[in-house]
Amino acid sequence: MKYSYFPGCSLKGLGRAYEESLLPVMKHLGVELRELQDWNCCGATAYMSVDEEEACVLAARNLARAENHECLDLLTPCSACYLVLNKTQRNFREFPSVRASVERALATAKLPYQNRVKVRHPLDVLFHDVGIEAIRQKVVRPLRGLKVAPYYGCQLVRPYSTFDEAWNPVTMDRILEALGVEVLPYPLKTKCCGGSLTGTVPQVGLRLSYILLKEAVRRGADVIATICPLCQFNLDAYHSQIEKMWGPARIATVYFTQLMGLAFGLDPRTLGLRRNFVPMKPLPEAAAPSRAEKPNPATAGQTL
Amino acid sequence: MKSIKRTIKYDADRVQGFGREIMGVTGCEQLPSCIQCGTCSGACPLSIYMDFSPRQVMALVRADFKREVLSSNTIWLCASCYGCTVECPRQIRITDIMYALKQRAIREGVYPKGMPIPVLAREFTRMVLSKGRITETLLVMRLFLKANWRAVLSSWRLGLGLIQTGRFVLKPERIERREELAAMLATVSVTRHAARAAKGRHHATPEQLIAEEVP
Amino acid sequence: MSASNGNGNGNGNRNGSQTGAIRIGFYVCHCGHNIGAVVDCAAVAHYVGTLPGVVLSRDYKYMCSDPGQELIQSDIREHRLNRVVVASCSPLLHEHTFRTAVERGGLNPFYFQMVNIREHNSWVHNDRELATVKAKAQARAAVERVRYHDSLRTTRVPIQPDVLVVGGGISGIHAALTLGNAGKKVFLVEREPSIGGHMAQFDKTFPTLDCAACILTPKMSAVRAHENITLWTYSEVAKVEGYVGNYTVTIRRRPRYVIEDLCVGCLECVGKCIYKEAKFPDDFNVGLSRRKPIYIPFPQAVPQVVLIDPERCLQVKTGKCKKTCLEACADRKAIDFSQQEELVQIKVGTIILATGFKLFDAKRIPQYGYGLYPNVVTSLELERLVTSSGPTSGEIILRDGSKPRTAGFILCVGSRDTRTNRWCSRTCCMHSMKLAQLFKEHTQADVTIFYMDIRAPGKGCEEFYDKSLREGIRFVRGRVAEVTDWALAPEEEGKLVIRVEDTLAGFVRRIPVDMIVLAVGMEPQADSQAMRRLFNLSCSTEGWFLEKHPKLAPVSTFTDGIFIAGCCQGPKDIPDSIAQAGAAAAECLALIDRGYIEQEPNTAHIHEENCSGCKSCLPLCPYTAISFDETVGRARINEALCKGCGTCVASCPSGAIGQHLFEDEQIFKEIEGILA
Repeated sequence: MKYSYFPGCSLKGLGRAYEESLLPVMKHLGVELRELQDWNCCGATAYMSVDEEEACVLAARNLARAENHECLDLLTPCSACYLVLNKTQRNFREFPSVRASVERALATAKLPYQNRVKVRHPLDVLFHDVGIEAIRQKVVRPLRGLKVAPYYGCQLVRPYSTFDEAWNPVTMDRILEALGVEVLPYPLKTKCCGGSLTGTVPQVGLRLSYILLKEAVRRGADVIATICPLCQFNLDAYHSQIEKMWGPARIATVYFTQLMGLAFGLDPRTLGLRRNFVPMKPLPEAAAPSRAEKPNPATAGQTL
Repeated sequence: MKSIKRTIKYDADRVQGFGREIMGVTGCEQLPSCIQCGTCSGACPLSIYMDFSPRQVMALVRADFKREVLSSNTIWLCASCYGCTVECPRQIRITDIMYALKQRAIREGVYPKGMPIPVLAREFTRMVLSKGRITETLLVMRLFLKANWRAVLSSWRLGLGLIQTGRFVLKPERIERREELAAMLATVSVTRHAARAAKGRHHATPEQLIAEEVP
Repeated sequence: MSASNGNGNGNGNRNGSQTGAIRIGFYVCHCGHNIGAVVDCAAVAHYVGTLPGVVLSRDYKYMCSDPGQELIQSDIREHRLNRVVVASCSPLLHEHTFRTAVERGGLNPFYFQMVNIREHNSWVHNDRELATVKAKAQARAAVERVRYHDSLRTTRVPIQPDVLVVGGGISGIHAALTLGNAGKKVFLVEREPSIGGHMAQFDKTFPTLDCAACILTPKMSAVRAHENITLWTYSEVAKVEGYVGNYTVTIRRRPRYVIEDLCVGCLECVGKCIYKEAKFPDDFNVGLSRRKPIYIPFPQAVPQVVLIDPERCLQVKTGKCKKTCLEACADRKAIDFSQQEELVQIKVGTIILATGFKLFDAKRIPQYGYGLYPNVVTSLELERLVTSSGPTSGEIILRDGSKPRTAGFILCVGSRDTRTNRWCSRTCCMHSMKLAQLFKEHTQADVTIFYMDIRAPGKGCEEFYDKSLREGIRFVRGRVAEVTDWALAPEEEGKLVIRVEDTLAGFVRRIPVDMIVLAVGMEPQADSQAMRRLFNLSCSTEGWFLEKHPKLAPVSTFTDGIFIAGCCQGPKDIPDSIAQAGAAAAECLALIDRGYIEQEPNTAHIHEENCSGCKSCLPLCPYTAISFDETVGRARINEALCKGCGTCVASCPSGAIGQHLFEDEQIFKEIEGILA
């Protein structure tokens, strides 16, 4: 399996633990990722606030590069990138005026574009292309006893829920279950973490993060698993401020790929876990990792 | 005693054609069928902080109350979570309407004073234009310097944490073909600027805007 | 092609010789502004006046008015017209009017042609110049065609007086009783094991709060006892053939494994069933209670006859059961495991469809938590809870058995939503207010209704709204965004929390409640498309059966002799359903009591000189109207049987079959006229 890979700016900065865990996990599963040459920022929500057509041109440059790359499936781990690329494709498809200006802009760089690229998220690829069974077979150290609140955030499933349900997405739940963890019902799984408001208007943005954290704690979660670099940052980095304003809601937030890496028996030091402000509690002691241990699907997900 | 305010609106307070202008923006076509049910406000995690709820913004746009809408904090508190858009029973793309309003507020420079979000948007745009990529830590520092230098002092702990966890990036990320990107973006703003000039209206391009200093 | 031309010339000559010179009168109608605002009627009249054979051409404001019709009559006499063309609206509306006027003027009514320049022109165009060009072309086609019209006569076919009513809900029951009381034989066919429909599941009815069962069950019993009504429950229509006045319908009667005439509904067998526990979900109580494999749908079921669920019964499934039910039934011998599906054919003249609706599946709106949170229920589930004959004997309780102290009603679930159903289901506002009043009465709970708009236009309905307000039911105007079970404030712990913008107060609220009632809307039946094809009806895009005219023919359909009543045509309450059922019955009676159907003379006929005797038309005729005359070696058409479908005309390899009103030369001249 081969995919073009668009990491996005966050994965090179605040969210580098995401890339640090994503790449080895994908490699371990036999998925080959080819990073786009000279990709640029997708524009995120901020550029869209200034000028939508320019934002589309920014995203289209990456899409066009992917189309002229060897693989039309473009893997995008960051939710904001995923949304902007999808939105650009929709605008290109639905609105002739947008299409015209995007084509004009791409022409200056001699980049032809037919809108044939398929934007894919790691959850999509892992669930639909790799498959739960293949993931289960790679588990050598089942994360039994670990209670996880699955948190998808907003922009992955809304408004372009192409591979999972908008209201109650389950692809990460299924993947985590295959690792042996106990996935808790978490009704806030698609609520907003506050986005960039945590930095600009903290008393507002952090409140949203606080609600997510508090409910995860209330439900007895050990850790929150997430799929978005901004969500991870917001839920991880502001605990002291949150505590000052509304009281403690301390819980670690990690990328789901980090949990996969742990379950696959990859070296924890290479998975970026040390980058957390709130570190994940040590895993409940289990049998020494061994490839001989085949997890029993019937007991997977049960606590020891 | 609370001060007593007169709130009546006269027809002269409206900017005729504003509603139609927004409804003409790509993605905003469904606005006329809003039934003011409030699903957007109910679904919005930030509506509880807004001066006008998203539903009220829809009503104000439709009724041409341009100044009220563009100076509201609502459009800046929208975090683009798209909760309203997917739940709207009339399939109005409310998030897209919020973007259309933000773009106009920036273009006309009428966003509320002291609101750091439009400043962030402008700093973000400026960094993308010059580097092609965003380096978040540098962006946040710039934002703090522009909008709220005291925040730098109060968030030293966060910065220290980032340094300790190896996430504080000081060397800016950049792409190789920056001129290519600039030329591409220029095609859009040049055509639009020409179109606007032809209509006899004067708006700054984003490039011009970010060249200005924030008050 | 050459054969057709030959015929055309021949007939044209014949026509010419019969009537002398062709003298056409042309009239173009303004229809007020309907046509006049888009088509330049005077210009059309002027143009048509210049065409050969047209001796008179007029434009007039309303051709369908009495003076308009008299104009045609006097012109025929004064100007010795022998052909008339009117360019106006759809022939569906006024062809009959103008044919009658032509006949009164002394001409055969079929020397007339109508052109539709309203639906086909002015209503769909706005460029006046181009619309006028098109109207001229349409008129020219008609003028060319009408020269070749023949003198024809309509025929009368007797009507079969029996009626089929499909669906035994309140609409079907009322229609069947009305027709039965008028002395007509009625077949009432119901898919479920009992008649009664949705109304049988209701506790009380709005806005009078009278007991639904008390007013419905007498009508159900009346159906059972009526000498003129044949009731077939657990049965479906399998096939419909024929045409107005003469339908042949095949009914599929599913086996209930109980002989209806022998069962007295004593329920001994149910008590003795090998299954000691009732363990299968009970449809009538929408799954809130359990039943056995042998059961009676509900205590007042009509017919009062048990049935066996073949999916659940051990004997039917495996053939290995002690058959304790047979012992219990003893000498009556009403249980018959050998029963098979039966197909019965009946002949009826008219049909009423009253197939009802289905409820919106609340799971399609996941944010309301139906199926996830046990205390989120639908309005129909609450209806069963509140009924004294229901699974809780009329007690409203939460799933843990405790009494709710707060409740929220969410309106428009699935309705007025472009992602699900666009329409307003019309009854849910009133239905919810009724349930809210009962809820408060039964539990003294604090009840809030969340609404977008309260729609209470029926008689006594606004008064009922006022009563709800005065009784302390709270109303919050706002469409609920979500129902969740996570708590932010202490009072929310263990509750269902509604998040909604109170649009009148102007802020967002979180409201914790014990129970949530979803006012699910109405949808067309799942098989409405199959039914539509079976009865050859039209459907709206949503799937509701389409009436012939939304105002003037609300219970008629585009298929003559088939009428619709109740919610299969669109959401409506009980009074409206019954009004429609009565109207549909009256439409049937009007046809039956006239005694005959007047048929268009559009029958096929053989040009014997061209018939090669190949017999290829014989098997094609769906009405077996064609026979073969061995003596002359030619096909013959029985015009009394021919329905004018045109199949034989199109298929004859020698072009030897013509059809009145659609002769080849008429059609070719019409085409030439429009293209000229």
